Amino acid sequence: MDLFIKFLVAAVLAGTPLLFGTAGEIVSEKVGHLNLGVEGMMSIGACAGFMAGYYSDSFLIALIAAALGGALGALVYGVLTVTFMANQNVTGLTLTIFGIGLSNFIGVYALSFSPNGTLKLPEGITAHMRSIHIPGLSDLPIVGELLFSYNPFVYLGVVLAIALSFYLSRTKTGLNVQAIGENPAAADAAGIRVIRWKYINILLGGAICGIGGAYCSMIINSGVWISNCVGGLGWISVALVIFAGWKPANAIYGSLIFGALRVLKYYVPKSYVNVPVAVYDMLPFLITALVLVVSSMHKSKGVNIPASLGLNYYREER
Amino acid sequence: MKKRLLALMLAGAMMFAAGCGGSSSGEEASSAPSSQDASSQEASSSGEAQTQGEGLFPAVPKEELKVGVIHITDPAEGSGYTYTHDLGIQGMQKNLGLSDDQIIRKINVADTDATQIETAMRECIEEGAQLIFATSWGYMDICEALAEEFPDVIFSHGTGYKSNGTNFNNYFGRIYQSRYLTGIAAGLKTKTNKIGYVAAQNQENAEVTGGCDAFAMGVASVNPDAQVYVKVTGSWFDPEGEKQAAEALIAEGCDVIGQHCDTANPALAAEEHGVWAVGYNSDMAEKAPKSVLTSTMWDWSVYYTAATQAVIDGTWTGENYFGDMKDGLVVMAPLTDLCEEGTQEKVDEAKEKILSGEWDVFTGPIEDNEGNVILAEGETLSDSDITGGIHWYYKNVVVK
Repeated sequence: MDLFIKFLVAAVLAGTPLLFGTAGEIVSEKVGHLNLGVEGMMSIGACAGFMAGYYSDSFLIALIAAALGGALGALVYGVLTVTFMANQNVTGLTLTIFGIGLSNFIGVYALSFSPNGTLKLPEGITAHMRSIHIPGLSDLPIVGELLFSYNPFVYLGVVLAIALSFYLSRTKTGLNVQAIGENPAAADAAGIRVIRWKYINILLGGAICGIGGAYCSMIINSGVWISNCVGGLGWISVALVIFAGWKPANAIYGSLIFGALRVLKYYVPKSYVNVPVAVYDMLPFLITALVLVVSSMHKSKGVNIPASLGLNYYREER
Repeated sequence: MKKRLLALMLAGAMMFAAGCGGSSSGEEASSAPSSQDASSQEASSSGEAQTQGEGLFPAVPKEELKVGVIHITDPAEGSGYTYTHDLGIQGMQKNLGLSDDQIIRKINVADTDATQIETAMRECIEEGAQLIFATSWGYMDICEALAEEFPDVIFSHGTGYKSNGTNFNNYFGRIYQSRYLTGIAAGLKTKTNKIGYVAAQNQENAEVTGGCDAFAMGVASVNPDAQVYVKVTGSWFDPEGEKQAAEALIAEGCDVIGQHCDTANPALAAEEHGVWAVGYNSDMAEKAPKSVLTSTMWDWSVYYTAATQAVIDGTWTGENYFGDMKDGLVVMAPLTDLCEEGTQEKVDEAKEKILSGEWDVFTGPIEDNEGNVILAEGETLSDSDITGGIHWYYKNVVVK
């Protein structure tokens, strides 16, 4: 039982970076822009957040820097795909390669100034990254451990996903934004500022991905800089968007499930189930494939894929 | 209009493709005669070498030597495998007084991508490298093939098992000796009698499994009640998985975490949860000062210096190299203050036996965790079994 609780806690922690990546990507895809650069934006965010934290010793500045870093990556993507109408897939892939390279470069450069070959965040900032402790609540048996003892990123992620869900489906702007993703020409004709809202959403998505990147460098790697610190989580987030059916609120339990599948191999006793670890590594993607199959069988409900996803909007061709 | 544009673009694309094709075939054509050159040179040089008697290749003046190094990642990452290999290269460079432009580094060469490996090595050869160190397991087959094509270039491959006795050898070390000693520190430290071990690969990999066994035997030598719990990540580099594996081990009650993987994340996870750790590759006490008891380390400069010196002196024999603690290739980091009292004495005692050669780790009696007798009293494992044949776990190991 105790081990099962520990497993759930580990699943939440493993799912949190995916939640940021997925929520960010959904915001971008809702305006019809498939941004495959999640991994790159997370890398830039990881680097920007880490370096800002390292030199400023402030958790808040680190968070803001991570968001700005991610948004900067998204800006490159936005200028190329929205303004210059470059191919979205190619631009996204390029952004991934660029983002990883840039953050590794900056990391290596900063390492060259380190006296002992290590970059580690100062104690003042790691204290903020530790699990929170609410007197009373965190001490409750089981519930306290399951709900009230995570690092601040976890709560931020959940709040953000709920807020995005509200923004997209309960506000007028959000509905306008969704209209852009469905049919930009019609939205344009209805007087919605298509280009402006595309940019705003792409940048917002990038910023959220950037915070997810900061989770990688600050929490997963315990505040010690290593190259390639995002390690493919951005790609899993792209798959998770499909799993979540383009709904930020679904991304919460989607990332929890994916997180659980990712840590499953360390918690299933080998004495009961002895299969190669590669089987566990495959599970999240197998389930994504299943979701795709099932959702394509019920075309009518649950499929929220924006109709103009991946297509650039040429106003002159209306 | 659109169609015409498309046709134009297609034509352009074809011309571009043709251009690329042309240039690449040109390159091949130009590289072919140079390889012939190489083989004819080799014919004369091997004749000379035989008259000299000792080495297989003529001496190379130190100033003319060029050394190629193939790395799987970027050495600047600062802690893991490639970093320690590059420290070895830098050490060799310093020991022998080579200048920077005599070392040709190829970094981020994926060891699963045959084309990339071959290109990297051919580039080294074109730049004039007479000696190439290939540091990762996956480079082995390409080394073998190129060693045949370029008989006057020496290929020295780390961690594998193939060689041809002349210009292609393999080098590795008895890292298990250091793991045994760190196991002593872990065995004395544990209070719960559960010690975790984050392994990059499963039982199929003899290097990882043998290292884990040596660690477990070190533990058993001072604490027969302790068990070693193993979790496998399935990857040489997986920052998130390595942390998760360590956290899962801690959740099961382990209070010392050993590791055979690239990042310091297991040691950092131990630090966060207030338990202890044993590092690998570099001295991880710098990254996780509140958890690391000691680390298992490599000093590759020992081999790189010796091999390069042999090429300079013309005494290269093509023999395989399997270094140990006595050579200084395999090192244990100094014990930190976190270790239990008396650890140093126990470690020194075992180290003395290993250094003097009277005893080595894989000496019987050894029983595996399924009750099979691997070695009877007094028997020892052969080197080929140690590098390629350990697919069993020592009796106190539990795969989790």
